[in-house]
Amino acid sequence: MLSKKNRIGWKYFLIAMPFMIYVIAFYFVPLFGWIYSFYNYNPALSFSQLKFVGFDNFMKMYNERSEIYRVLKNTLAMSFLLILVTPLPLIAAIMMNEIRHTKYKRFIQTVTTLPNFISWIVVFALAFAVFSSDGLYYTLLKNLHLDVPVIGLLGNNGAAWFFQAGLYVWKTIGWTMIIYMAAIAGIDSEQYEAARIDGAGKFGLMRHITIPGLAPTFFVLLLLQISNLLNNGFDQYFVFYNSLVADKLDVLDYYIYKVGWAVSDYSYATVLGMVKSLLGIALLFSVNYLSKKTKGESIL
Amino acid sequence: MIGKQRGSLGERTFDIFNYVFMALFSFICVYPFYYVFIYSISEPRLAQKGVYFWPASLNIDAYVKVFSLNTIPHAFLVSVEKTLLFTILCVYFSAMLSYLFTKHQMPFRRLMYRIVISSMYLNSGLIPWYITMKTYGLRNSFLLYVLPGIINAFYIILIKTYIEQLPSSLEESAQLDGAGFMTVFNKIIFPLSKPIVATVAVYASVGCWNTWIDNYLLVEKANLQTIQVILYGYLNEAQSMTQDLAAMAAHAGAGRQLQFSPETIKMSITVISVLPIILVYPFLQKNFIKGIMLGAVKG
Repeated sequence: MLSKKNRIGWKYFLIAMPFMIYVIAFYFVPLFGWIYSFYNYNPALSFSQLKFVGFDNFMKMYNERSEIYRVLKNTLAMSFLLILVTPLPLIAAIMMNEIRHTKYKRFIQTVTTLPNFISWIVVFALAFAVFSSDGLYYTLLKNLHLDVPVIGLLGNNGAAWFFQAGLYVWKTIGWTMIIYMAAIAGIDSEQYEAARIDGAGKFGLMRHITIPGLAPTFFVLLLLQISNLLNNGFDQYFVFYNSLVADKLDVLDYYIYKVGWAVSDYSYATVLGMVKSLLGIALLFSVNYLSKKTKGESIL
Repeated sequence: MIGKQRGSLGERTFDIFNYVFMALFSFICVYPFYYVFIYSISEPRLAQKGVYFWPASLNIDAYVKVFSLNTIPHAFLVSVEKTLLFTILCVYFSAMLSYLFTKHQMPFRRLMYRIVISSMYLNSGLIPWYITMKTYGLRNSFLLYVLPGIINAFYIILIKTYIEQLPSSLEESAQLDGAGFMTVFNKIIFPLSKPIVATVAVYASVGCWNTWIDNYLLVEKANLQTIQVILYGYLNEAQSMTQDLAAMAAHAGAGRQLQFSPETIKMSITVISVLPIILVYPFLQKNFIKGIMLGAVKG
């Protein structure tokens, strides 16, 4: 017979089972869909009727390498821009920390995190209201009789990457700033006291206490950003995509959607998604390994 | 003491710069929301000439029109329903599984925990996800909005960490009184986890409110459209309109008196789709910060 302790344990196990089945059904079963990369998927046919094509769909990646190269260029350009701006929330948090009026501080915190709560569709709606060729920005310039050529930012090919990076910063900076504020709150206040007694001024405290104190947090966020090199996200590029900026916003996530939906090449889109996922996991683990090696801490 | 710490000229200059800069930063973050709002309640023709700080001649016809459209109030309701239902299920079941993971007697506990956590890193991609959801019969079904994502690895980590630091004596005494698993969970663990449950509820509800890709790809039924997708539809329409300048010119040339500008309609739908977030915002923000702090403590 089972002991009482074991009986309770197995009872918990039974309660946990439906949850595990759920997790497998919604997170692991979709992974079996990767098998379609070896078939010629057709939604109208059942699995047994599908034609096995081996590595044909993978070969296609090689055959369409100029397309892949173009998409990869956009993907990496966006990722590097986003890596480049990772210090911004850190700087904002340090500046924020210097504000002593609690009410003003709370006001800034509340207001700057607002963009974080809205969907990319709403970001698009706001950007459209402000930057389209008859939006706020150009109306204002016109009313001030400043004769600038109207190049609606939403359709400006040359500025597309920077515009998207700017929107991303606008949406996320307040939120990331709070993470740094939490880290600042965690810095031992005795360090500040000691430095102040040693005669450190405001800038001295920032340079010798706050910035070193935030370094680990910055490092973790930077590594996470690097491990997301191939993930620009889908929503942002989907909503801002239009014919004028098409060749700049074709990032991997959007391109996979396009191959799957516009061209209905399900199998090829599956191959691309699978390769992207596997490279992403490999990248995450190598970054984590490097972090463990160099800093002795794991980011996972 | 305070008088002595006035600081150098450089420091005072920095302070002034800092206060001004932060005010500007806040302005940039919040003004687009305000602009869309005042535009939406302005007289359309005056608004086109520019509104900046005050609405130009109050006019709420756009809202009357939007609410008489029927699709929009309905989509709004669908969004509210799916968000409420999803949040309740997600919070309750994620908490229950987290609680089970704190039970050391449970066989295969570590293995099961690892399986759940690895779901965070595994991403099947758009097409396999789409095919799976279709296979499950979730296409054109309200359940598509609610079922996926109920168990979320990140929430599990947060709640489990929280439950682990609750005093175990309460639970033990209840068990001695003969309370079963469900009673202990519902009467003791769940209520005691209120801070973290509130945080997760905020994450879950904001996420659910903002999600639209499921609707966009898998739901065509008119009575299941969510407000985000409706908004996107209107925006897209307007975008192709503005892009097609020739068509616009022809439109204006016809000299037809437009009762409602598409701009104003768009702006009012934007306001409606952000409204629930703005309304619960103070609560959201407080809990988000709490959530980050809890995460920060975890490391």
